[in-house]
Amino acid sequence: MPSHARSWLAIAAVVAFGLVLALVLQERYHHRVLTLVFLWAAMGLAWNIISGYAGQISFGHQVFFGIGAYVTVLLVVKLALTPWIGMGIAVAVAVLAALLIGLPTFRLAGIYFGLATLAYPLIFRIVMDWLGYQEVAIPMMRERPAWFMQFSEPRSFDLLALGVLAATLVLSRAIETSRLGYRLRAVKENEQAAEAMGVDAFRAKMAAYVLSAAPAAVVGAVYIHAILFIVTPDAVFGLLVISQTLVVSLVGGIGTLWGPLIGAAIMVPVSEVLDSTVGDRLPGIQGVVYGAALMLIMLGAPEGLYWRVRQAVRARAERRAAPARAVTLPPMDTTPASAPTSTVLLEVRDVWKAFIGLQALSEVSFDVREREILGVIGPNGAGKTTLFNVLNGFLLPDRGTIRFRGETVTGLRPSGLCRRGLGRTFQVVRTFPRLSVLENVMVGAFVGERAVGRARAIAGDALSRVGLGDRADAFPGGLTTLELRLMELARCLATAPRLVLLDEPLAGLSTDGVDVMIAMIRRVRAGGVTVVIIEHTMQALLRLADRLLVLDQGRRLAEGAPAEVTRNPVVVEAYLGKRWLARMGTPAC
Amino acid sequence: MVVAELAQYVATGLLVGGVYALMSIGLALIFGVMRVVNFAQGDFMMLGMYLTYFYALAGVDPLLGALLTIPPFFVLGWIVHRGLLARVTGGGDPQRQMDAQLILTLGLSLVITNATTMILTPTPRGIRTAYATQAFTVGPILLNEARSYAFAMALVLAAALWLFLTRTDAGRALRAAADDPEAASYQGIDVRAMHGLAFGAGIALVAAAGGLLATYYPIEPSVAVNFIVLMFVAVVLGGLGSIPGAFVGGLVIGLVQSLTLLALPFQLQNTGVFIVFLLVLYLRPQGLFGRRARTV
Repeated sequence: MPSHARSWLAIAAVVAFGLVLALVLQERYHHRVLTLVFLWAAMGLAWNIISGYAGQISFGHQVFFGIGAYVTVLLVVKLALTPWIGMGIAVAVAVLAALLIGLPTFRLAGIYFGLATLAYPLIFRIVMDWLGYQEVAIPMMRERPAWFMQFSEPRSFDLLALGVLAATLVLSRAIETSRLGYRLRAVKENEQAAEAMGVDAFRAKMAAYVLSAAPAAVVGAVYIHAILFIVTPDAVFGLLVISQTLVVSLVGGIGTLWGPLIGAAIMVPVSEVLDSTVGDRLPGIQGVVYGAALMLIMLGAPEGLYWRVRQAVRARAERRAAPARAVTLPPMDTTPASAPTSTVLLEVRDVWKAFIGLQALSEVSFDVREREILGVIGPNGAGKTTLFNVLNGFLLPDRGTIRFRGETVTGLRPSGLCRRGLGRTFQVVRTFPRLSVLENVMVGAFVGERAVGRARAIAGDALSRVGLGDRADAFPGGLTTLELRLMELARCLATAPRLVLLDEPLAGLSTDGVDVMIAMIRRVRAGGVTVVIIEHTMQALLRLADRLLVLDQGRRLAEGAPAEVTRNPVVVEAYLGKRWLARMGTPAC
Repeated sequence: MVVAELAQYVATGLLVGGVYALMSIGLALIFGVMRVVNFAQGDFMMLGMYLTYFYALAGVDPLLGALLTIPPFFVLGWIVHRGLLARVTGGGDPQRQMDAQLILTLGLSLVITNATTMILTPTPRGIRTAYATQAFTVGPILLNEARSYAFAMALVLAAALWLFLTRTDAGRALRAAADDPEAASYQGIDVRAMHGLAFGAGIALVAAAGGLLATYYPIEPSVAVNFIVLMFVAVVLGGLGSIPGAFVGGLVIGLVQSLTLLALPFQLQNTGVFIVFLLVLYLRPQGLFGRRARTV
């Protein structure tokens, strides 16, 4: 892709520009500012991996910065081990710490996660004080200064910091363009939809956390050798470190590798210049400037400078409005065939589920046979969506077992079920709003495909099959209800499911839309996929379903062929009503 | 004698915990109504300490001074909400709006701490009172007078908030706006005004708590950091946004801090607090009093 090549070129250009600055600048103080820009940009990028890409705002990321600093310096002090090797050990320790911290902490969501991360650096701070490491100075190594990262030439630190920045940029870019990058964005946008599309959100977050801990540790190690020379708990685990990280990232914009770079290039020189000119008279000036920058950016452009500028540029380029059009399905490519077989694909036995004060499902048992379309009907509150949530793993049943393709799957996470071939759509379409239509579907395609290029091809194919081929580059916000429903179906089909759970796929559609959707669902089945569908419109379901399952107040009321079920007096009483009978003519008695 | 010693630690912990409780309910009130974690809460507490200090220089007893911080800080909180927080829109996405507001309070906190350092210097100050070094004797237990008065005042102010929320129309409107902003606005409740009221009241409470704290704790710009974390812990302990929960959470923090001293050296007294915090987060993230929201 040309845009990929452009990004790599841009990274090379940034590094080259940094190199030029490092060589051209003369004054020692300027070199110090340059080193700081590189290091804070790298720290911002590290934070951006977990908080920008994965959307898990961490207020305690300085814990890894501090580990990097302390481990490297203590290895020099205690074992006279060179920081070049010590850094590697520090990264290993930071990764281990990330695993130990992440394991319990990623059970928390949203603000709870953020608040929990606050505690870790504070604990480290107290423990370091207590261990007697209130102040550890790097011992002078006059014999082999370069071996101990003790350069007298300030350019060397520029180059070292630039190297760290370049590596972090490459890492960030590699994540952005990998399967993990797409999955992280999906988790950030809508964690439940991501889980249902086979993304193990916990594992994705853990991967991001570990990947963001490693560069943070390296930055901490270099920062100590280039700038501080003495490590104290407050200097490395303190609030100033995370404030600075947040400032460069948020001012520049998060979720992109350019944001922290832009933020550092602006904020670090500004605060350093202020500090050197008025800092001795006004000791808190840096903090005031950082704080004011955070406030101004939240008031003026909360998404950050990069996104704001990009949005402005895009808006100018894309004045042409997309023409409104009707969705038409492409011609059928498979021969309609395959009546339901008698093989049982999904076996539900004695499933119970209660919420506080409400028995949502009681004693529900039924089978889904391969290649059938099973309609699930019932009045509002009958437990239909709860049933789906239990079937695809969002909810754990209180009792009962679910077997899918002969394997007991009760208690599996939605992502695990999805990987085993059980897909679903939602009553209210759940999109990843800031991913394009194609990228939305790619998240599903990644279930069976690791390579981005091939996942893109699978997704494109799935989109063409539902007639959305020419909407691939649009964003979900610009789609009609029918298009959204079709996109969600395509995303689900891209996971290559054996069985799909469709939760009211016809809701909110026009008559034409209903026809398109019904035709589409028939094709899904013709392609060999089994369908379980919740629907309120009885007429539509009668056109589609091979069998019906009727739920009422969480219990299975009836099950069988549509004609049979709709004449069942109990069903008529509970759900269809007498007028249904009148309309359908006299039932056979 | 072991029992007496234990009782002494419990009593000391509860006395300190009362002031923690007062500052925490301010934070809980703001979170409960606005769904925003106010990172600047500790800084307003610090400013409350300073105002009480200046009152004391003018001859006002700090216990009265703490009360007198309430009106100006209510107004300040209201202005901060109207002038800053309410201007963050988030492009119509409530989650983004709350995130942006949270970051805004973080920026505000940096500005307040550092501007205070610039203007008032980092030198710690203290208020001398006759009762700071006196103690009541209850059986074998000594109760520091300053802390006892502070504790009593904290209880009174917390009770006043509770009465306001449950017995007045404005309080009920505030709770309605907290429970369901949309439904509340259909009932004619001005949700933005309710947010301003909650922010003003939350700031006023924490400033008063700062004033009470100032009777026995050194006053310096960096004091905010130590206390904001304790407030977070108390509020999470009580279940984010629950006011009675935050009150009990504050008392528990005081107790844990005090009892940690039985086992660990002084500089580790907050370790106990953080361990309790993490345990609660892992085992009962909805807090001791909160109810877990349905996720699907």
